[in-house]
Amino acid sequence: MGKRRGLEVSVGAAEAVAMADVDVIAAYPITPQTHIVEHLAELVNNGELDAEFVPVESEHSALSVCIGASAAGARTFTCTSAQGLALMNEIVYIASSMRLPIVMILANRSLSAPLSIWNDHSDAMSVRDTGWIQVFAQNGQEVFDHIFFAYRVGEDPKVSLPVMIHVDGFIVTHVIEPVEFWEKEQVERYLPPFKPISRLDPERPVTMGAFAMPQLFTETKVAQDMATTQSMEVILSAWEEIYKITSRRYRPVEAYRTEGAETIFVVQGSFGETLSVAVDELRAKGEPVGLVMPRLWRPFPFELFRSAVKGAKNLIVIDRAISFGGQGGPLAIELRSSLFGLPAPPRVINFICGLASRDVTVEDFKNIYERAVDGSKAPVFQEDFQFYGVRS
Amino acid sequence: MKGTKELLTWKEIIPGNVILNPGNAREYRTGDWRSQRPVWDFERCIMCGMCYAFCPDAAIFEREDGYYEADYYYCKGCGICAEECPKKAISMVEE
Ligand code: SF4
Ligand code: SF4
Repeated sequence: MGKRRGLEVSVGAAEAVAMADVDVIAAYPITPQTHIVEHLAELVNNGELDAEFVPVESEHSALSVCIGASAAGARTFTCTSAQGLALMNEIVYIASSMRLPIVMILANRSLSAPLSIWNDHSDAMSVRDTGWIQVFAQNGQEVFDHIFFAYRVGEDPKVSLPVMIHVDGFIVTHVIEPVEFWEKEQVERYLPPFKPISRLDPERPVTMGAFAMPQLFTETKVAQDMATTQSMEVILSAWEEIYKITSRRYRPVEAYRTEGAETIFVVQGSFGETLSVAVDELRAKGEPVGLVMPRLWRPFPFELFRSAVKGAKNLIVIDRAISFGGQGGPLAIELRSSLFGLPAPPRVINFICGLASRDVTVEDFKNIYERAVDGSKAPVFQEDFQFYGVRS
Repeated sequence: MKGTKELLTWKEIIPGNVILNPGNAREYRTGDWRSQRPVWDFERCIMCGMCYAFCPDAAIFEREDGYYEADYYYCKGCGICAEECPKKAISMVEE
């Protein structure tokens, strides 16, 4: 294994992108994504990274540049947050429909208005159905490892899809953490050169991104959906290979102390680390609680999720985004639907909190637990969902 | 690759709908959107080719005998050819 270095997670992420031998980077600066892109610009400017850095005038152009470059066979990277992603939205769909394995870090941030530069998952949830493979990374090491993972999975000819890595803005991007680097040879072995299925080549002209009549549209979308669902196999083997190299085990659904748990918390992103402390403290008091974290968001690992929560009576699902007028947060809605029809499914108790980086501490998670489940371990909570920590 | 006329299944589509055969848009029957069709009166036609030049869909072709006519497989019935014809040799007829 390579050296352990203490650095800002954003810098570590940029170093991983450089080690992945990226060819084209196009991005527009937006908080809290900025340090990732700035560091990449620096590496290119200093001659340390032989790549094209395209300083575009908007996020819409950033992803458009990546699409053109990826279509020509280049390994591409972009990175954005919230409003930048919203401006990019049209192209986000096109990237996946054109089956171009672009890699994006989304430094998760709340969508305006009111204007907020802070962290939640409203931007992540806004692109749920865009057809990108999506994973949540909880800390610097996970971000670093998942850069290589993202290219390996996305570029696999069986997959050929873009991959988005969700990283909590500030809470993860701006902290300084120890990150274990990979050796250059390890990256090279893990990540073979990008060989696109089709590419723009003047010698062998093809048309990409053209119009399709209704007779072809549905077939195209079915092919895309099948590729997304079937990417699971490639995803699992890419994580298995990371385990062999680093001894770090990544799973589509991470579980922590779920043995015998009657109540299981379900969260995504950096909440997981804080919650694991709350789970330890509750367990120490004899409370049968556990924690489950769906790392893989698309394709969603339905079967693995169901088996991870098997036997639990209550699921406390904590969302960091709102589905206005909906039945709770997007994560809870997804999980409820995945449990529907099971014999004796666990009850889904949904809280929405931590919007715009509002602190949710170990104490808060313990309060949430108390509010959701009373002493007899029966849920005391009747609504579909509640906002936690709101002044009334 | 099959043409679109033979209608590909989802398994046969090249990922990303990449088109390998140039000019296959030809195989799309786009003329069925038409609500009226241009009809030529060759008695009046002077073979100037204005209709051919103005058709926004390149649906008009020159026949062997030098007259022009629309290929109804593609003609959308917009009426531009009839409007531009200096001899009023084209009339639009309801489909
Ligand atoms: S009606 Fe329009 S589309 Fe049809 S031949 Fe005339 S100009 Fe072309
Ligand atoms: S524009 Fe009129 S006169 Fe000229 S070729 Fe066409 S039909 Fe004939």
